Amino acid sequence: MIMTGAKIAIEALIAEGVTDVFGYPGGQVLNIYDALYDAGDRLRHILTAHEQGAAHAADGYARVTGKVGVVIATSGPGATNLVTGIATAMLDSVPMVAITGNVPTYLIGRDGFQEVDITGVTMPITKHNYFVTDVKDLADTVREAFRIAKSGRPGPVLIDIPKDVQEAEYDYTPAAPLPPVRYPVADESLMRDAAELINTSVRPYVYIGGGAAREGLGGEILALAEKIDGYVGSSLMGLSLIPSSEGRFLGMQGMHGRYASSRAAKEADVIIAVGVRFSDRTTGDIKNYSKNAKIIQLDGDIAEINKNVPVDVGIVGDITAALLKITELCEEKKHHKWKKKIEAYREQGRAIGAEMEKNAGETLTPKKIFDVINSLKNDNTPLVTDVGQHQMWTAQYARFEKPRRLATSGGLGTMGYGMGAAIGAYIAEGERPVLITGDGSFGMNLNELATAVSYRVPMVIVVMNNGVLGMVRQWQTLFYDKRYSSTVLDRKTDFVKVAEAFGAKGERVDTADGFRDAFERALACDGPYVIDTVIGMDEFVLPMLPPGGKMEDIITEDVISSEESEKEGSE
Amino acid sequence: MRSVISVYVENKYGVLARVAGLFMRRGFNIDSLTVSETEDSRYSRITITMNGDENSREQLINQLTKLQNVRSVKLLGGDSTVEREIMLIKVRNTPENRSEIMAATEIYRAKIIDYTTDAMCVEVTGEPTKIKAFIEVMKPLGIVEMCRTGVVALDRGANVLEK
Repeated sequence: MIMTGAKIAIEALIAEGVTDVFGYPGGQVLNIYDALYDAGDRLRHILTAHEQGAAHAADGYARVTGKVGVVIATSGPGATNLVTGIATAMLDSVPMVAITGNVPTYLIGRDGFQEVDITGVTMPITKHNYFVTDVKDLADTVREAFRIAKSGRPGPVLIDIPKDVQEAEYDYTPAAPLPPVRYPVADESLMRDAAELINTSVRPYVYIGGGAAREGLGGEILALAEKIDGYVGSSLMGLSLIPSSEGRFLGMQGMHGRYASSRAAKEADVIIAVGVRFSDRTTGDIKNYSKNAKIIQLDGDIAEINKNVPVDVGIVGDITAALLKITELCEEKKHHKWKKKIEAYREQGRAIGAEMEKNAGETLTPKKIFDVINSLKNDNTPLVTDVGQHQMWTAQYARFEKPRRLATSGGLGTMGYGMGAAIGAYIAEGERPVLITGDGSFGMNLNELATAVSYRVPMVIVVMNNGVLGMVRQWQTLFYDKRYSSTVLDRKTDFVKVAEAFGAKGERVDTADGFRDAFERALACDGPYVIDTVIGMDEFVLPMLPPGGKMEDIITEDVISSEESEKEGSE
Repeated sequence: MRSVISVYVENKYGVLARVAGLFMRRGFNIDSLTVSETEDSRYSRITITMNGDENSREQLINQLTKLQNVRSVKLLGGDSTVEREIMLIKVRNTPENRSEIMAATEIYRAKIIDYTTDAMCVEVTGEPTKIKAFIEVMKPLGIVEMCRTGVVALDRGANVLEK
């Protein structure tokens, strides 16, 4: 059928199974929006307040469903506003297709109005990108883009379509989506090597990340851990794969990880790493990272093996197949000493937490906030975060029972991610999301409240408001001699009035009971509900392994208070 | 450690930028890079020489493999590879220099391709070590300017890059 490039783009999206797109119109995508006008019954368009919000929404949509999130923006500033969202998706391997308009091909390179070389700009932050110069290539480009976005280790793909290509006509023949390429199964001898290491170990630890979460390997990982009597810890991206109630799961490890999980990683004699990249936030001092352990790494992406940490066995390829084979080859074991040790670490971790809560008294603490959230949310509630202390508290305290229930910017650490992502998560499934944010992060993209109101997104927005940029301030306290450079916000923003001005509801609370009541009201509300939650500016994310530090350098409340008294003593 | 890497890429818009961008982004240091057409017009061959340890070479190869337009990557070098490079080198032409330049050109089996009263331009073809040696000979005579193509390399025998 002969149709315009704009229509071909829309038809090709629909053929890929896309039902929702996020975006913002503009001069050079007018034709695509014109085509959307006719396709409204098959393809819903969600108009955000800002292109960045649209990109994060597509990302949130993709994270909770595993489907490809789609975002559309115009040329120039529309396209550059996507950049943070695309980079966020890239660093966390989120499948996304971004479509941008551009000036007509005959104006390319002349610096006309709203022209930017967005393929050049996004080259290092996309899995691949396209600049389509001929309408003949358009349909195949869209198909190929979806295949690349979904294949192997997923990621964002951008398609830049000049306006004259959108206008040009060509014959469109519908075609089925191209099947994503799966990684091949690695050589079985590697699985044997891995099993041999595991069989001779007495302190096995399975370390899971985003790669494992994406493949939904919760059951398989627990089966392995069960058989070899090991424990499981995760990176931030690996959270929500294994139920929090699962006894073998120790939670996140690393800089702000759970005490027992980080200790277990340190003490283990074999680490089975599944779909992780050993980011600096989990390893600390790379030279000393679990140097007593043999490391087995399973990853689809060949470039991840030996990238950050040298491994003893690197298994590149289909991680599901590798995991199943290793489990089969492993002997059933019982490690009583290891179990005892882990239980002791858990007890120590609990004691550290209890001490912190005791010292806090009646004050509203992050822990108390999460006690309420955990008790009132349901297993399907998507938790979305921004970036900072609140994000780490979420990682530490939030409980998950089902996979894909956490959307958080792990790799790029994008403040301002949450509003868009939570809207996207809701659009994907119609499940009420809870956004945990901070006053700093919320301030970055709270314009998306407008979107949440327009589309009646019944989201709960918990703003952990401490009046400071808490995470940076925490570093300043610990490592910069309390020189609080530009982290004390001293703003007079009234988030309740902000919510009301946008047509949403809001209230301010400063006690645990008040928070519980507010949260209940928020859950009964059919639109966005902001809970401005006052917490102390000296709440720290603890324990903390300092950057580049070793387990021995771990910072707990004890360390901070003893440093305080030392200082007082010397003065 | 010096390595020669051959990359078979689709001959498409932006491929060189993607490859070059990867080096910049991942902090790889490369010594030379050449791009040329191949026996099949749909593909180009990029030859890279780099200095670095085994780990960074492995990373470079793995990261290159991930680019969508890259068909295959192969580590060349050693006895099983033939390498060549061309250099054009312009040297000051003075009565004192002249005979030495011409003698060196003869011995290195190079060619004088331009001759004026004040300068001579010599074309040298060979392995990078030979090129380097020739430069050393010319240095005291006064190099005016020079230009090198970078290394091109192929496996010996019937071995080919996977396509």
